[in-house]
Amino acid sequence: MPADTEVAADSAADLPEDADQLTAKLRHAAVAALPPGRLMPDRQPAYVASWIYVFGVLTLSALAVVIVTGLVLAIFGPSWWHVSTVGLFVNSLHLWSVEVFFFAMVVHLWGKFFMAAWRGRRRATWITGVVSFVVSIGAAFTGYLSQQNFDSQWIATQAKDGINSTGAGAIFNVTNFGQMLMWHIILLPLVVVLLVGLHVLLVRLRGVVPPFAPPKGSTIETETVPSHEEIPTGDRP
Amino acid sequence: MTASPKPTIGLLRDRRFKPDRDVEEWHGKYLPYDLVKEFLIALAVVVLLVVGLTVVFSSPDDQPVTVRSWSTAQPVDFAQTAITELDGSSGTAGYGPPYNQTPDASQSIGPFSPESWFGVHHPIDSANDYVVAPLLTLPNQPGLDAAISTYTSAPATQQASWTAAYEKAVADATFTRGALQVPSGRYGPVAPMISALTSMARSGALDGALISSRQFYGTDYTKPLLFMADGTYLANLGQAQHLQGPQWGMMNETGNYPGQAWLWLYTMWYQVPPMKTSSNADLQVWAIMMVLTLLLALVPFIPGLRSIPRWTRVYRIIWRRHYRDLNEEVDNTGPSPPAAAES
Repeated sequence: MPADTEVAADSAADLPEDADQLTAKLRHAAVAALPPGRLMPDRQPAYVASWIYVFGVLTLSALAVVIVTGLVLAIFGPSWWHVSTVGLFVNSLHLWSVEVFFFAMVVHLWGKFFMAAWRGRRRATWITGVVSFVVSIGAAFTGYLSQQNFDSQWIATQAKDGINSTGAGAIFNVTNFGQMLMWHIILLPLVVVLLVGLHVLLVRLRGVVPPFAPPKGSTIETETVPSHEEIPTGDRP
Repeated sequence: MTASPKPTIGLLRDRRFKPDRDVEEWHGKYLPYDLVKEFLIALAVVVLLVVGLTVVFSSPDDQPVTVRSWSTAQPVDFAQTAITELDGSSGTAGYGPPYNQTPDASQSIGPFSPESWFGVHHPIDSANDYVVAPLLTLPNQPGLDAAISTYTSAPATQQASWTAAYEKAVADATFTRGALQVPSGRYGPVAPMISALTSMARSGALDGALISSRQFYGTDYTKPLLFMADGTYLANLGQAQHLQGPQWGMMNETGNYPGQAWLWLYTMWYQVPPMKTSSNADLQVWAIMMVLTLLLALVPFIPGLRSIPRWTRVYRIIWRRHYRDLNEEVDNTGPSPPAAAES
């Protein structure tokens, strides 16, 4: 970096903040809602100690593999995997990562259900999780329709009746390969990634739901886990 | 128990505690937890698992069916299907929206019939799109052109007479010496039309004709897929691959591969009455699934439903270490245990 630029940057850092700026307001709101210690905490409440918690991060990991293998398939085009051994390998990775993704997500979902993980102002976290699951089903479905083989032909001819019965077939034509491919590689993955991102941010914002506690008829506040800085010093490991 | 008079964070709300909605703020211990390390380990595990499954099982890729492969494998089934497209008795011809206007063809639940509300968006005139128009693309066929002209200019009753006779006769048709052999009868121009269409299909020309569009590039396979779905060839292949509806087909994959197993509930509704035999089964199943999905998303707001986790006590297994620690704490410090939420 040129010396004069460094000087300019240092000078800018020393300038007083313009609190009326939308940029400054947005930054303040974001940092207030998710300070670094809460966004990426290095400790969790002691009750976060079960194998069931692993399935959330397994879902994220599988989604990462789904996206990376999908990107490789997208680079070479939809016909590549039918004629290339490497393409078939990548397609297989894509298929199996989707299977692992759904398995982990379903276990995660039912685990969170039995924890009643919506408690303590975590309802939006639950809803974004459920909607992510539903949209993921759509993403996988359009993937099956985009295979260009007998399976995709069969699924298209069978699924059209259900889609058409809802009226959605007017705009969502499962027998239109081009349309389904676009939904599969652009629209639905984008929505899934945005929803999952929002879901993870909400998890960080609200923290991991505490176990059921006793009080009947008590009045309490419904906020949740304090940020790192707010953890009493005596409780820190 | 009441709220702490000086909360550290958050909005205080004095309201009755509901164990299925509210939580107490955690004042217990915090332990080191490396989220990034956990993610990287999970990623490594998933990658290893996926690579292992890929190496062992690969992925299925059964050849697609084409109109050419269908008419080559089963020319009689093709001809039988083609005549139903011409006389308007095929599944596609009488489908209704979004392909065509067919009275009372739309599925409905009482007055609720979204299929009919949205109307026709992918118009298919089966006689013209599957038979007449493709035949007209064949060059240098004066005899065929004359037959098409005779058919299209004939009164509807005459057309119906020819097609009905042919449809009955083609059930006994054979395919020998490279041509369709139909018992002789009074079919007018229909026989040469269907015979020519069968030859066109076997040459592969019909595949191209059915996806042709105003643009050079075409990606819409609605017409050929619906045409093939009207025959029995595709259905028999699906049956052999355990993909038919009664075989829970929507969630299955060709071969022995796991398919969309997450569709099990959707598929299940087709196996139970009244959907199993209902002509409105698709709309009924979708309505059920929409309601169930909505219920799942809104569980936090639905009294009774949101209490299931507390009633079933599965959480006792998930947080067994937490409750064990609490019990030990109680044993060491005396009464007033924070018992589980049994209220």
